[in-house]
Amino acid sequence: MNAHTLTEAASVADETGTDSLVQIRGLYKQFNISGDFLDQLKFKGGKIVREQSFVHAINGVNLDIQQGEALCVVGESGCGKSTVARTVMGLITPTAGSISYRGKRIDDLDDKQLLPYRKKMQMIFQNPYASLNPRMTIAQTLEEPVRLHNPGWNAQQVRDKVHEVMFSVGIDPSWGERFAHEFSGGQRQRISIARALAVDPEFIVADEPISALDVSIQAQVLNLLMDAQEKRNLTYLFITHDLSVVEHFGTRVAVMYLGSLCELAPTKALFDRPRHPYTQALLSAIPRLEDDRPPHIKLQGEVPTPVNLPSGCVFHGRCPYANERCKREIPRLIATDDGGQVACHAVEEGRIN
Amino acid sequence: MALLEVRNLEVSFGLRSGAVKALRNINFTLDRGERLGLVGESGAGKSVLGFSILNLIAKPGRITGGEILFEGQNLARMSARELRTIRGNRISMIFQDPMMTLNPVLTIGQQMVECLLAHRKISRENAKTIAIQKLKQVQIPSPETRIDQYPHELSGGMRQRVVIAIGLLMDPDIIIADEPTTALDVTIQAEIMELMVELCERNNVALILITHDLGVVSQVTQKAIVMYAGRVIEQGPTREIINDAQHPYTQGLMNALPQMAIPGQRLNQIRGSMPTLQKIPTGCAFNPRCDYVMDVCKHQLPGYTRSGNCQVACHMVAEMKRDEVSSEEV
Repeated sequence: MNAHTLTEAASVADETGTDSLVQIRGLYKQFNISGDFLDQLKFKGGKIVREQSFVHAINGVNLDIQQGEALCVVGESGCGKSTVARTVMGLITPTAGSISYRGKRIDDLDDKQLLPYRKKMQMIFQNPYASLNPRMTIAQTLEEPVRLHNPGWNAQQVRDKVHEVMFSVGIDPSWGERFAHEFSGGQRQRISIARALAVDPEFIVADEPISALDVSIQAQVLNLLMDAQEKRNLTYLFITHDLSVVEHFGTRVAVMYLGSLCELAPTKALFDRPRHPYTQALLSAIPRLEDDRPPHIKLQGEVPTPVNLPSGCVFHGRCPYANERCKREIPRLIATDDGGQVACHAVEEGRIN
Repeated sequence: MALLEVRNLEVSFGLRSGAVKALRNINFTLDRGERLGLVGESGAGKSVLGFSILNLIAKPGRITGGEILFEGQNLARMSARELRTIRGNRISMIFQDPMMTLNPVLTIGQQMVECLLAHRKISRENAKTIAIQKLKQVQIPSPETRIDQYPHELSGGMRQRVVIAIGLLMDPDIIIADEPTTALDVTIQAEIMELMVELCERNNVALILITHDLGVVSQVTQKAIVMYAGRVIEQGPTREIINDAQHPYTQGLMNALPQMAIPGQRLNQIRGSMPTLQKIPTGCAFNPRCDYVMDVCKHQLPGYTRSGNCQVACHMVAEMKRDEVSSEEV
């Protein structure tokens, strides 16, 4: 099954152009959860057998990230959205598939070869309490990447650069001698953003950057990310579970379920007319301020475990429109008339619109 | 008589650096079957308020003034023994993280039965029957087998359903839910919230919902209290507050939501952040962040002004109301 989908992915790669900034092709990631060798031995039917089990975190994802866009990946816990982010950044090696940056494959490079790409690709993490080193001052935290990526710079140049980014994220440069614990959550996240911006990247992966913050602070940080995008012509891969943020921030949205992409569409098209039954359910669940919204679509059951993936469409067990074909056959992404793509047999067959 | 009436409640934390007031002059009432939302950002005091209703404030915190009248009895002055007949029995509490609430080494059934036996003189079998019935009420499939499982065998959504079932065990009059769905995914959140509303309506249980999510408050509650730096700054019917917020902070919170902005445009942010309790600004605590700040805001604590069916603690709103009244007189 894997080999089949992989060749399919390769053919998709040929069809689309190579002008996108980041290309993800046929991405698979499995995590081995069977423990060490002795843990894997089981006694079955009078014989000792070795059994391994895997979490199938990503199952054949193809994504193109266009220059200058903010591509949002949404989905519920365990859908693989963070794994996609980390794989793109090279923090996790994919089990199969490839990741290319400006047409050059980067997932098989060693650390040294990767260094120039690390300068262009930066990451912002969810929890600013955990992602800043508590024993370093803010100035040290920010100077480190600048010095690493610009070995020719003198101390004054490094300092100027750090002042500039601190100023641009609204942190007073004179606070450089303070430690992370002296700042509030919102300020810390600004510092994390400053650290990412300090090396003048082109592409930023942000994994739930505002989820740990209060509403009024979320707005400040989101505005900051939008300002940075405008001024520096950044491209974002934005991972979030908060759909109202996506609606506001994203140019395109990728909806993931159980390691697969079920819908990919321009933000407005997706919110105006969600096609995939899962997207419809997800959108209907957003708590809105308005009183007169339609009731939310209830799904049957719960998200199945990614250890034993369902056959066919991974969503079939909870889908109100599932039929025999959905249980058998994995749906492929097909183009919709409003510029999106959706992986659903029911949409393809015209059973739902 | 209201089911619950909180009058001039004050809670302080005695720190080495001196006493810090976490709640100041809190007043509200809750009727039987009513759903009330407590909204605010971290540090506003909404959880402290939720805890102090059951007198669960841990040292160095304590209730330093005011009354919490539950059916006329003052919970703030009750002994620990008397409180035990109220806690978990007449008023129960649901917390944010179900994994922290549930005991990992006891089965769900053991935890539920234990709670029932603590409050009622019934047999173990009877207790188990009630427990199964409650699990059924929160729509847990095959409760007869689930009851012998341990918390780790359930998903996050199922665990929170179990916690709700435990909250409902004694058929309480009030449930206090502190961010009950914050740790859950949106689809699960929507299901759990719907379930809670349905259960409260069916059993005529009053709900105090503590949350930072205005969307959830709007969907679930009839009445809302907005808190800032330990004080109620606006309270009234939820629809009135959502549709026509009077206090600049409530307006700011609402406008900061991405769904209130035009896609692609900047969000309306509130500048600065919530003050810590040690450094609450004099006058109106919100004045350094307020766009409409006047001189009086900086040194005088605003009282409550009636606006529609809401009460608002804001000098500007008070002034506008005075102007309205005087123009009517002319």
